[in-house]
Amino acid sequence: MELVTPSIGLLFWSALAFFILLFVLGKFAWKPITQALKEREDSIDEALKSAEVARLQLESLKTDNQRLLNEARVERDKLLKEANEIKDQILAKAKSDAKSEGDKMISAAKEAIEMEKVNAMNQLKTQVANLTVDLAEKILRKKMEDRSQQEVFVNDSLKNITLN
Amino acid sequence: MTHINNLKSTYYTLKTALLTIAFSFVSVFSFANHPTHSTTIDSTLVVAEKSHNSEAKTNNPHDENHGEEKFDINKTIMEHVADAHDWHLWGHTSIHLPVILYTDKGLDIFSSGKFNHGHDVYVGKYNYKNEHEKIHAVDESGNVLENVKVLDFSITKNVATLLISVFGLILIFLTVANGYAKRGIGAPKGIQSWLEPIILFVRDDIAAPNLGKHTSKYMPYLLTVFFFIWFNNMLGLIPFFPGGANVTGNIAVTMILSVITFVLTNINAKKAYWKHIFLPHVPLWLYPLMIPVEIIGIFTKPFALMIRLFANITAGHILVLSLVCLAILFKSFAVGFATTPLIVFISAIELLVAFLQAFIFTILSALFIGMAVNIESEEAHH
Repeated sequence: MELVTPSIGLLFWSALAFFILLFVLGKFAWKPITQALKEREDSIDEALKSAEVARLQLESLKTDNQRLLNEARVERDKLLKEANEIKDQILAKAKSDAKSEGDKMISAAKEAIEMEKVNAMNQLKTQVANLTVDLAEKILRKKMEDRSQQEVFVNDSLKNITLN
Repeated sequence: MTHINNLKSTYYTLKTALLTIAFSFVSVFSFANHPTHSTTIDSTLVVAEKSHNSEAKTNNPHDENHGEEKFDINKTIMEHVADAHDWHLWGHTSIHLPVILYTDKGLDIFSSGKFNHGHDVYVGKYNYKNEHEKIHAVDESGNVLENVKVLDFSITKNVATLLISVFGLILIFLTVANGYAKRGIGAPKGIQSWLEPIILFVRDDIAAPNLGKHTSKYMPYLLTVFFFIWFNNMLGLIPFFPGGANVTGNIAVTMILSVITFVLTNINAKKAYWKHIFLPHVPLWLYPLMIPVEIIGIFTKPFALMIRLFANITAGHILVLSLVCLAILFKSFAVGFATTPLIVFISAIELLVAFLQAFIFTILSALFIGMAVNIESEEAHH
């Protein structure tokens, strides 16, 4: 049958055409194309790999940061605690100091008051004695104005004084 | 709700109207795209009337007058599927391609127009006659000289299409390669970005799984064969110039391609491949059976490649042509309108087949070559 009988001319021309195509495309198209595709794939591969490395580095950096932060936090807590303790200590000491000082002052004041009181008492006593003496003197003077009375008094006194 | 329903019904009416218009355009175009047939319709219609009137007078269906031939669907289809020395464009217009003949007297080169569509005899070193696109040497009275061997190296319609497709493919892929040269590893653009996925498809889904580490060595052949078949399949689906030729549906073309696959397979085959054929892993008494089977197997694989591509593409052409011829056979525009959607549908399927056959030819070539060159690694698995 005509349809399944290959003709010599078409065999020749199609072989020639195909080989020309294969040669030209192979040399000027497929080679640069496949090379460019390969290069692009390699570069993408590399980019992905370096991105992965960068990611890992970032991760380690992050954990480092976290660690440092944690350390700083612990340090801060410790410092705060210490500061609190010191504050408490200072406060307590100040309190006790103030108390003892106050006590001291109070007792000193008390002593001073006591002393003042004694002094005042003594002064009052002297005053009272002086006034009494003055008063007695005045009364005596009044009573001893006339002679008779002086005599009476001396006599009485003499009477009272028993010389034994 | 009624508002929406109204809108919907309006939409469907519009859609139907648009589809009707589209189909009528398609049918108009399809007739326009088959100038042969539209003119044939006219002539056959006229012929039908004429022959009806003049039946009593002539009673001769094979009249010498070109316009009065009866429409023969078988002949029409075979003419369209087979190769030709003229490239028919429309009506009575064709391109006369060069005829190159080689006989014992030497080369004869002349225009196919000299044959006047098979009516005339060209006088060169011999007298040549074109009988159903087969050129014979004849004597003065027009009898075929059986003892003169005429080798026909003419630039036929298929050869011309081949040259056009080779030129087109070179143009396309040099543009693509230029894109890579310009943009380097940057993102592809234009035709480059359109073809890159297909090139990658050939490499990653056709070649690499079958060829493994040998992939890059066979990439040029596989890429060339894939795009050559695909491009020519597509070109064959275009019903008018510069398409219309049935290049990949010609057994000579598919034979060359499968012979290349055959040669590549067998010259690159590893020792284990031949060992597998001549010393198969079967009991010795089976050798007389197995060795011939294996040897036949070497040839059946590329033979199947050749037949598959040829048969698929030719069958597609015949199918579309048969549907187109229906309208002409029934001498009715109504049949034409009815078959047009079917032709569009089959053509769409042929578009898919065009890709599919290129894919199958390439993947099987890769498989056969891969089986021959990667056989050692396979042996290691056993």
